[in-house]
Amino acid sequence: MSKKKTLEKIVLATERDFPIMPMSLGTMHHNRTGAWRNIRPVIDKEKCIQCGICWKFCPDVAIYVENEYPVVDYVYCKGCGICAEECPVKCIAMVEEEK
Amino acid sequence: MKKEKTMKLTLPVEEYMGPGHLACQGCGATLAMRYVLKGLGPKTALCIPACCWAVIDGPFPYSCLEVSIFHCAFETAASSASGLKAGLEMVGDKETTVVGWAGDGGTFDIGLQALSGAAERNEDILYVCYDNEAYMNTGIQRSSATPYGAWTTTTPVKHFKNRPKKDINAIMAAHRIPYQATASIGYPEDLVKKVKKAKETKGTRFLHIYSPCPAGWKSRPEDTVKLGRLAVQTGLFPLFEMEYGENCKLSIKVKERKPLADYVKLQGRFRHLSAEELKLMQEEVDARWARIVAQCGG
Ligand code: SF4
Ligand code: SF4
Repeated sequence: MSKKKTLEKIVLATERDFPIMPMSLGTMHHNRTGAWRNIRPVIDKEKCIQCGICWKFCPDVAIYVENEYPVVDYVYCKGCGICAEECPVKCIAMVEEEK
Repeated sequence: MKKEKTMKLTLPVEEYMGPGHLACQGCGATLAMRYVLKGLGPKTALCIPACCWAVIDGPFPYSCLEVSIFHCAFETAASSASGLKAGLEMVGDKETTVVGWAGDGGTFDIGLQALSGAAERNEDILYVCYDNEAYMNTGIQRSSATPYGAWTTTTPVKHFKNRPKKDINAIMAAHRIPYQATASIGYPEDLVKKVKKAKETKGTRFLHIYSPCPAGWKSRPEDTVKLGRLAVQTGLFPLFEMEYGENCKLSIKVKERKPLADYVKLQGRFRHLSAEELKLMQEEVDARWARIVAQCGG
């Protein structure tokens, strides 16, 4: 998409920098929601049957497909556990996050 | 080595909702948005009144969605969408799908008048209500979509809600709109199919999406999708489609309904209920299920 997929925060230094209409200028990608997580999903690739169910049900769009396998994006995964719960072969473990 | 296999993706791969949004862990409403946008594509404009999604999207100047959003007043989702559609047509844009996207409070209670008006005029808009059964965003106050028996902050355990959920689908059917359907985030393929059908239909279309809310229902975040499925499998939230208030068609035929207790026991908001109250709820569900099945012709 054409939208600026910026990771940085947008800084509007003075009121002059404000657009005339309050409108969105960038995505939420700067907001690293992975910090909310207490438990992290770990996918066991050996057992994975590539059904795509974990990808389908992630509310945070934090599972993407790479080389035909699901990969968790820990920058954004909030650790809700839906992927582990829904995986039909139970190959996703939720492990305690070390703080 | 395993044989080379490809991932089986049963939904369109394009994403129009990005990560980093502000929803709680395991939020059903975000899944609803993700699926609806997968069905509608980039030529979409949303009118969002006060609701969880007004917050989830992110604060100014950010937005986690790749489609246009207009934040409107609480009671005006349907009227804003009507106006936006009319404006777009004036400048020659006939392609963009204009969506009124509201929660249950903004649909069942506060936005009902505007919605009824738009539906009666048969405005060319898609109205989506993502239903999490209370005013979650402001602190879990009861709405007319809250089911019988549920705890909310305004219906505490001793005075739990003693009125049934408003039947919004019957209200919309009475408007005889071209297309209306119920969907659940537990059945995303069915949901996307309905969204695509709604996109191709002209006139007012209404989509009622069941969106479990771990924070407000006091359920575990990992159970969100399971609850979305159980609501359908118990017959509590039947999935159907209707055209012009008629031709009701069940989309998921449940052969053997699960007991309502399976659904109730996963949620803290029903924990105080006694066996008798649960029985009452079960009877209510049975009666409604029988009505819907009869309406759909068996
Ligand atoms: S734990 Fe939740 S947020 Fe994290 S990858 Fe799984 S479904 Fe997505
Ligand atoms: S749900 Fe489980 S088996 Fe299916 S793709 Fe994800 S990790 Fe693999």
